[in-house]
Amino acid sequence: MKNISATTLTASLLVTVIGILLVIPMMLQWERPPMDSTQLGFRGLGMEQITNPRLAEKVKAANPLPTPDDAVPNDGVLVKDDKENYKNVQVLGDLDTAQFVRLMNAISTWVAPQEGDNAGCAYCHNLENMASDELYTKVVARRMIQMTRAINTQHKSHVAQTGVTCYTCHRGQPVPANIWATNPGPKQAGGFAASRDGQNLAHQSVPAYASLPYDPFTTLLNTPAESIRVVATTALPGGTGAGVKATEKTYALMMHMSTGLGVNCTFCHNSRQFANWEQSRPQRVTAWHGIQMVRDVNATYIGSLTDVFPANRKGPEGDVYKANCATCHNGVNKPLYGFSMAKDYPELSVPNP
Amino acid sequence: MMIEYQNIFTRVQVHGPDDLGVPLKPGNWPREKGITTNWLLGIIGDAQLGPIYLGGIGIMSLLCGFIAIEIIGLNMLASVNWNPIQFVRQLFWLGLEPPPAKYGLGLAPLREGGWWQMAGFFLTASILLWWLRTYRRARALGMGTHIAWAFAAAIWLYLVLGFIRPLLLGNFSEAVPFGIFPHLDWTAAFSIRYGNLFYNPFHMLSIAFLYGSALLFAMHGATILAVSRLGGEREIEQIIDRGTASERAALFWRWTMGFNATMESIHRWAWWMAVLCPLVGGIGILLTGTVVDNWYLWAVKHHVAPMYPFDLTAPITDPATAQ
Repeated sequence: MKNISATTLTASLLVTVIGILLVIPMMLQWERPPMDSTQLGFRGLGMEQITNPRLAEKVKAANPLPTPDDAVPNDGVLVKDDKENYKNVQVLGDLDTAQFVRLMNAISTWVAPQEGDNAGCAYCHNLENMASDELYTKVVARRMIQMTRAINTQHKSHVAQTGVTCYTCHRGQPVPANIWATNPGPKQAGGFAASRDGQNLAHQSVPAYASLPYDPFTTLLNTPAESIRVVATTALPGGTGAGVKATEKTYALMMHMSTGLGVNCTFCHNSRQFANWEQSRPQRVTAWHGIQMVRDVNATYIGSLTDVFPANRKGPEGDVYKANCATCHNGVNKPLYGFSMAKDYPELSVPNP
Repeated sequence: MMIEYQNIFTRVQVHGPDDLGVPLKPGNWPREKGITTNWLLGIIGDAQLGPIYLGGIGIMSLLCGFIAIEIIGLNMLASVNWNPIQFVRQLFWLGLEPPPAKYGLGLAPLREGGWWQMAGFFLTASILLWWLRTYRRARALGMGTHIAWAFAAAIWLYLVLGFIRPLLLGNFSEAVPFGIFPHLDWTAAFSIRYGNLFYNPFHMLSIAFLYGSALLFAMHGATILAVSRLGGEREIEQIIDRGTASERAALFWRWTMGFNATMESIHRWAWWMAVLCPLVGGIGILLTGTVVDNWYLWAVKHHVAPMYPFDLTAPITDPATAQ
């Protein structure tokens, strides 16, 4: 046998080392087996939920359950009747003053619990003149209370009796963690260089870490919305159907839902025919109502605040940050594991006046 | 020494004088002199590297291929704002997208798919020229053109995906983007859009031929390796003058399956199995969107897709129709 030359040996070693260096960071992203598998449908169809038991604790830690404030007895006076102490109360005037104060305290801990001059009540109120609307945050908060009531009364088909409070999204942060604004993508060469067409970007925010469209929300989760439905409804061609590019956008939105809720495709769909309702799980109907709800709140409530928010609270395209599935769900198929905070704050579950 | 042959890679490397091959007819370019031997190559094949025949067609093909790769690569680089580090980091994600549907089959602006059309043209030219090269080199050596036609089967699938099917549907937006992950995402979305390609019978056949090719390749490779100590790797001699290697291999398969290929027919099996994979796959793609819009519904219509006992106590209906 011929002796191996030093050059050959060096070259092969170099190739091996580079190969390992390329593979290691990839492997760090993987999750090791075993996984837990829960059967969700008829046997043998792959209708199952795959979960990583080692990640469950992390998800739980990221979704702490708050303790509701103790109930307080009514003062017997409505806010709107106590004109001396309560001025410029446009939405919560029908509340008993004791409940009003309790709710205001709760909101300050849900949204702005941080220490400092601009936290707590002062995050929204001028402490010298609580009635003043000079801080934009107060105007936003008023609209958000209306939104919460709308969700809890008009979108029961999605939130059911569990309902939502400010905490469901805010989690002790003035700005919820999972939000979106129209994403023009990072800067790319101009002129006649090919546009990336809203796709093909390596970033954590891209659904499924894929090359899928990185902003499926602007056109699918706002009003007016493009149709999410892309699969042909007849066996044979009839008229113009959706293109593959539109399908990729739907695909991206679905992957966002999957990640946002910590579930597989088969949590809702029978993957042999994603479009088919008869073979889907009831959860898909709930999800459908969720999409309608998000479109409504993004346009009617959050979107209506475009002129109220300062520029530094808006996205790169000048639109306000809006909600998607992850905003409330935060990796859990029922936000806060189905824990109902709204039942301890019934004033958030009445129709807007 | 014979025992050396019972291995999964070549351990014995015999070096003789450079092998220039058979004399060529007039009209061919003269043989290049650049012949060398390489120990690493000898592990997996013949240690001799060269002579490479380039020729006019080969040069044209490489040139077109180079232009196509340049167009794709430079546009990818432009998409990360000419940042070479981001180019390497994001390479698998980057792509070059076909034009949007509004441009139909016409020429699109460079920014919106024009570069894709140009890259597609040059890549296709490169591939077709390379096909011509495989055909003409085989002819020059007095060989059959089996390799060229097998390659043509793959080109058929490529052309269906990127050209013929978009042509039938009237726009290039239906074609595949260039890029590693972009074309994979496209594939998944394509299947979803057309109601699950697994219900496409030509897709089923294509998978059967793909897996069949792998199985047949493994069976044949294993058989020849197993009788190589008896001279089994000299397959061609064994076709004409069957020796003990051939007899033992044949008896092995008769014992285990009752039937065996011949030293010659096994290669026809392999060729057809491999060629049919892209051939029927291309038919399946060509029918998608042109003749059938939803393969699952098509399969239901023709009693291919079974229905399973889903929970009928709580039937789900489309909430959009209830509004």
